[in-house]
Formats: sequence, C-alpha cells, structure tokens
Amino acid sequence: MKHYNYFPGCSAESTGLGLGLSVEAIAGPLDIELIELEDWNCCGSTPYGSLEGEESIVVAARDLALAEKSGFDLVTPCSSCYVTLAGANRHLQEHPKLRSQVNEALAVAGLEYKGSIRVRHLVDVLFNDVTPEFIAGKVKNRLDGLKVAPYYGCQLVRPRYGLDDTEFPHTLDGLVKCLGAETVDFPMKARCCGGSLTICEEKNVLELTRKILQSAVDNGAQCLVTPCPLCQTNLDAYQGRINSRFKTGYDIPVLFITQLIGLALRIEARALGMNTNIVSPGEVLDYIQNHVKA
Amino acid sequence: MKVGMTTFLDEVKATPGGEHILACIQCGTCTGSCPMAAQMEYPPRKIIAMIRAGKRNEVLSSNSMWFCLSCYMCTARCPRGVRPTEIAHALESLANQQGFRIGGTSTPNFYRSFVSSIRSNGRVHEFGMMVKYYLSILPELISHPVATLRMAPLGLKLFSHKRLPLKATRIQGRQDLSRIIQKFREIRSSR
Repeated sequence: MKHYNYFPGCSAESTGLGLGLSVEAIAGPLDIELIELEDWNCCGSTPYGSLEGEESIVVAARDLALAEKSGFDLVTPCSSCYVTLAGANRHLQEHPKLRSQVNEALAVAGLEYKGSIRVRHLVDVLFNDVTPEFIAGKVKNRLDGLKVAPYYGCQLVRPRYGLDDTEFPHTLDGLVKCLGAETVDFPMKARCCGGSLTICEEKNVLELTRKILQSAVDNGAQCLVTPCPLCQTNLDAYQGRINSRFKTGYDIPVLFITQLIGLALRIEARALGMNTNIVSPGEVLDYIQNHVKA
Repeated sequence: MKVGMTTFLDEVKATPGGEHILACIQCGTCTGSCPMAAQMEYPPRKIIAMIRAGKRNEVLSSNSMWFCLSCYMCTARCPRGVRPTEIAHALESLANQQGFRIGGTSTPNFYRSFVSSIRSNGRVHEFGMMVKYYLSILPELISHPVATLRMAPLGLKLFSHKRLPLKATRIQGRQDLSRIIQKFREIRSSR
C-alpha cells in the first residue's frame, strides 16, 4: 500500500463535498493510504496570490513544511490547491532569498521548508501510481457503453507541471476508459469554465461555462466528469442559471471522476456523495443499474 | 510605496510572477489565447507593452488583470516563457497594495472577502465569505433587486445539497498562521 500526505482543500468540506467523500471512499479499495495533513490551512488559492503575491507563498509554505515532516508526496484532488501549492513549491526553489525569509517566518511556529517533497494532483497518482490497468482489475460494475465527456479544466494541466499535455490532455480519458466507459470527442475538454469569476463577473463568464456543456451535449455525452471542485460547481450548480440566461435546456449530470470510479467499484452512491450533485445523476445511476453485467 | 524612486517596470519585475516580463517579444499569442481579452480594457499583449512604457496609473486602475481567470492558456503557449497569468497576479497585488480604486468590477471585493476568511479561520468558509462579499457590494445589490433575488435559488440549492455549511471550520494553528504572516511582513518591510 502506498502512502501520501492528503490535502483535501477547503471546498472538499463544502461546495465540493462530493469530491471529498468520493476520494475517501475509493482510496481503500484502490490500495492507497491518504493520510490527511494535520491541521492544514487553506493553500491561499488564486485570490490570496492575486492580492498579496509574496505573503501568499508563506501561507502555502506552512502546508509544505507540515507535509515535509512525514516525507510523503503531498496529494490534493483540487486543481486550484494543486496549482497554488505546486507553484509555491517551485517559486521557493527558484528564489533562495525569499526562501530564507520564509523560513525565518516559519520558525516562529517551529517549522522549516526544505523543498524535499513533491506536490501532486490526485489524477496524477491515480494515473501513474495506481494505474488504469490496476483500477480495471478492481472494477465490479463495468460501465460499458456509458458515454462520458472528460472535462480537465485548466489548473490540472496548466501552466505546465509535466503531468499531461496542456491543450489535448489524455490522463482523465484513460481513467474513464479503464472503467469500461467510452469517452466522447470533446474539443472543450481543457478550456476554461470561468473559474471563480462566476461569483463576481457572472455576466461576463457564463458563456464560457455554457460552451463546455454544449460541446459535451453535441458529442453525445451522457455525463461530464471532472476532478475540479470549482469546475464541477460551475457546470453543475450554475446549469439552472445558464438555462435561464441563454434559454437553453441543459440537464446533464456532472460527476467527479472519483464518483464515477466509485460507481464502477460498486461503492454505494450515498458514500460517494451522489446526493450532493445538483443536476440529478439519476439517469447515469439507472443506466449503470440496467446495462451493467453483474 | 516609493513611487518615483523605482520605475513601474522595476516594481513589476520585483513582484512574484513579474520577473520574466522583459522576455516578451509582443507576438500577441497571449491575447489570442485569452478567453477574456474582449472584456479587458487592455488585453495581455498591450498591458505588457504599457508596463514597459511606464504607464503606471493607466495599468493599475484598469479592469484588465481583475478579469484574468487564471486559466494559464497564455502561460502554456507563450513562446518566451513570460507567464502573463503571473503578471496579472503581480498587477493585482500592486494595485491592491497601492490603493488603486478599480471601476466596473467587483473581483477585488470578492478576493478580499476570500483572503479575510483565510486570515480569521485558517481556511475558507465559503458561506461566510459569500456573506462578506455581498455586504461589500450591497449598494449594487440594492440597485438591482430583481437580479439579486434571482441569485437566491442557487444558494438554496447548494445549501439543500449540503454544499454550503453555515458553520466554519477553524484550524488549531490559526494563531501560528497569524504569527507567521506577521513575522514575514516584518522581515519584508525591514529589508
């Protein structure tokens, strides 16, 4: 069994509850131990880095220093936590002067940043450590015939941490296919959904979210899957607002990739937080019920 | 801020993310890749040119960087490694620190509510953060009552699906976090 420092991120307890629940539910059956980082703080995300660039790095550095105590890779399922923590890790390694100032500040809490661990996205761990082949061997409900649009969003693949291609990524496709499901052509798979600006600039970004849903529907998808809690909230919770703004009739479920994996592992829907999805995933659940060979 | 002693370009270069600005060759790949370029007062290529021309006030009072979605498409495609996304963050930091008033976008209010939630809890409490944000734009909400009321179903849906807990999670080490931040500020201002 492989061990990791686990960083759920703030949204895994609220808007991304389905992500937090499903990650915890699939870890055991996939033979990985995710040890929650003790007393982790918010990574700072885009807002902190935007308002106070340097200070945001010391905020992220507390988490990195906490994780270094055990030496395991720091793994997060949230794309925003990933880009923030990996970015801070890189910045501190590239800027020795800032790093010594950060360490002087961390010392007041008895902590030190050494730069000894990697920050990784859960999709990276599932694809490269657990591997699609291993997951396929654990599948109890093969999702044959289910048409899925794998939505990567932005911060899983960009700026460029080497996990996947920045414009035509494939890792999430591999995780969907190993469950027996089909991936549809999906040209919008790595285009931006509007990010957190749906909150403060909704009128200017909702069209971006709509285009992603339209692309999935045009290509015959029965559902979208994504790892990112913010993308999931935009595509799922905002579907109603998109429909009223653009006079459309989207009604397509948006699952976390970890929820889809959990369904294929025959984990109970409730344990995967399927009841927290706003567009009902009922059709996907029915499809699995009716088409899956026991 | 010692305006006049250092040039605007120097300030940007000294802010995390602004280091690579001189590598820009003005090819425009960033603007062509930006999903928000049409909404910005000055799109990415132009704003880089303006920084290098020293147009501090025009740049820092514009809405451009506040419309950045941090999608990093420009950064992934830039043939010179300029990282325009990080330049946008650097400009937001400078505009915030120098007290520039930005018209026509409430992104700074949202970001401030977000950061304030982290500073008091150690984590973001999404419900509390949203309340603080809406209070900060109250006059605008009141002047558009119908649009404001139409937001309610979204909040209720999130709440009824257990996705907007009312109670905040606070970390044990929030005093530690405050002391670390305080110490870091002292170190930065003394050098």
